[in-house]
Amino acid sequence: MGFINAIPGAMAQGLIWRLFAIGLYISYKILDIADLTVDGSICTGACVLAVLLSSGVNVYLCLIAAFIAGALAGVVTGLFHTAMGIPAILAGILTQLILWSLNLKILGKANLAISARKYSVLLSSMDNWKAIVVSAIFCILVIVGLYLFFYTEVGFSIKATGDNEHMSRAQGVNVDLNKVIGLAISNGIVALAGALLAQYQGFADINMGRGAIVIGLAAIIIGLSVSMKIMPNFVVSLIGVVCGGIAYYLVYTFVIFLGLDTDLLKMLSALVVAIFLAVPYLKTRYFKKQRIYEDALTEAEEKEETNNA
Amino acid sequence: MLKITNLHKTFNPGTVNAKHALNGLNLELREGDFVTVIGGNGAGKSTMLNAIAGVFSPDYGKIEIDGVDVTNIPEYKRAAYLGRVFQDPMKGTAADMEIAENLSIAARRGTKRRLVWGLPRKERESYKALLAELDLGLENRLSSKVGLLSGGQRQAVTLLMATIKEPKLLLLDEHTAALDPKTAAKVLQITEKIVKEHNLTTVMITHNMRDAIRYGNRLIMMHEGRIIVDVSGEEKEKLTVEQLLGLFSKASGDEFSSDRAILG
Ligand SMILES: Nc1ncnc2c1ncn2[C@@H]1O[C@H](COP(=O)(O)OP(=O)(O)OP(=O)(O)O)[C@@H](O)[C@H]1O
Ligand SMILES: [Mg+2]
Repeated sequence: MGFINAIPGAMAQGLIWRLFAIGLYISYKILDIADLTVDGSICTGACVLAVLLSSGVNVYLCLIAAFIAGALAGVVTGLFHTAMGIPAILAGILTQLILWSLNLKILGKANLAISARKYSVLLSSMDNWKAIVVSAIFCILVIVGLYLFFYTEVGFSIKATGDNEHMSRAQGVNVDLNKVIGLAISNGIVALAGALLAQYQGFADINMGRGAIVIGLAAIIIGLSVSMKIMPNFVVSLIGVVCGGIAYYLVYTFVIFLGLDTDLLKMLSALVVAIFLAVPYLKTRYFKKQRIYEDALTEAEEKEETNNA
Repeated sequence: MLKITNLHKTFNPGTVNAKHALNGLNLELREGDFVTVIGGNGAGKSTMLNAIAGVFSPDYGKIEIDGVDVTNIPEYKRAAYLGRVFQDPMKGTAADMEIAENLSIAARRGTKRRLVWGLPRKERESYKALLAELDLGLENRLSSKVGLLSGGQRQAVTLLMATIKEPKLLLLDEHTAALDPKTAAKVLQITEKIVKEHNLTTVMITHNMRDAIRYGNRLIMMHEGRIIVDVSGEEKEKLTVEQLLGLFSKASGDEFSSDRAILG
């Protein structure tokens, strides 16, 4: 019974983490950058919302402020990387450290409660069904927004930047600017997820978000491995990421229910991600012969196609 | 059209690996010139094209395109004047994007990219006709990911992308070298067709001496970072591979050596 009762809460949190994963998807999959800023910017989103909300600012304005704060963090990482030539991973770590200090300054202390009883929040753990609806709406809005954006001229050029910088520059695309824009959007969405998470939990905490990137990657990798088999397109893959997040949280809840030591969860997440990341490599390494055969086959097919045409 | 004056470039200066790759290069092209470029390994051919494209900034000298001094304009801005195809078929296209999307990105080269639909239906339709002209059966694969295409098909698409927005100057760096002979011939044929149709000013590096003689109205040979042979018009038309080799050893006092050159 305990596990069943925990499902709505797991789903609500899962959805919020999926919003986070969608943000991460932009840097990790579209820009092809492993951006560690997100561990800090999710917390920044939570802190900005908590401080503003507790000083009486309208909750929607708080969300916008959280988004902007996250986007600025992305801009900083982007500039470290493009204008100062710092490798992307290091740039993300540097910003993450900067954010650690800033988050403490914003919050003023290690944690700040924003109880649903005192403030008008959009969602809270006291009403899980409502939390599910609200976070689902945010996920859908963000997916639709990104879908539209990535089919514009600017969106195409950002996708191209992540896909092939060489080609992008040759086609007159300002790849540096695009990376900064992409990281800004990514971290803005991540901060938005942080702001929702703070409301759900009823507090913002200086430690939230530590290791978030690993959970996010788990969702992306699990989600994509399924959705790419069904239909490899942008919307389906984002929906896959959302479902991957929910699946992750259901498993997470189940593991807690089984009585596993929760201290070990981050380690388990990291190991799961390591395994999933290793699979493509191990496949090419140990199933090489088969790959070469398959490649030859497709090449032959293509030749035939060209000959027929 | 293109004017290069006394261009110098040293890679890794001040180290044991220092390489004076461009050594006082001068070159002037007229509107509509189709120049083929040959030369041994490391002669500086690719370096010259990369300098024109702005991949790096030269140590000394000046590059003008159509009267505009572009020497210090960054690569992505200079792209407005240029169409480029590379030796490596992977370099010219975005593999995870559709053929039509790749073309639409190229069609906006040199214009400001806006927050409007990136590929309107009408434009998509127009690409069908364009691809049909390649005669590679790509006109029905507009939404295929470019990564699924063969090397030759990718080079043909890159060629389309380089010329879809008419460039002032087309730069081809051994763009058929990675292809099998039959496909290479086909891509060269497409190249000539497009260049003629739009009367494009073109620089084509090749390691095939026959192709260098057969195509274009002018031929230059590079050696140690400068141009040592420059023939055009009738003289080029009558040129043979043997004469070319003779010209080379006379100008450089050396035997022509390139492990990849195709002489006959
Ligand atoms: N980015 C670089 N860094 C260091 N050295 C370079 C760089 N690019 C070119 N070089 C050197 O400059 C010289 C000229 O190279 P370039 O690529 O222009 O030759 P190429 O004429 O195109 O030869 P190939 O026929 O082999 O393509 C070579 O010695 C090369 O090693
Ligand atoms: Mg070269």
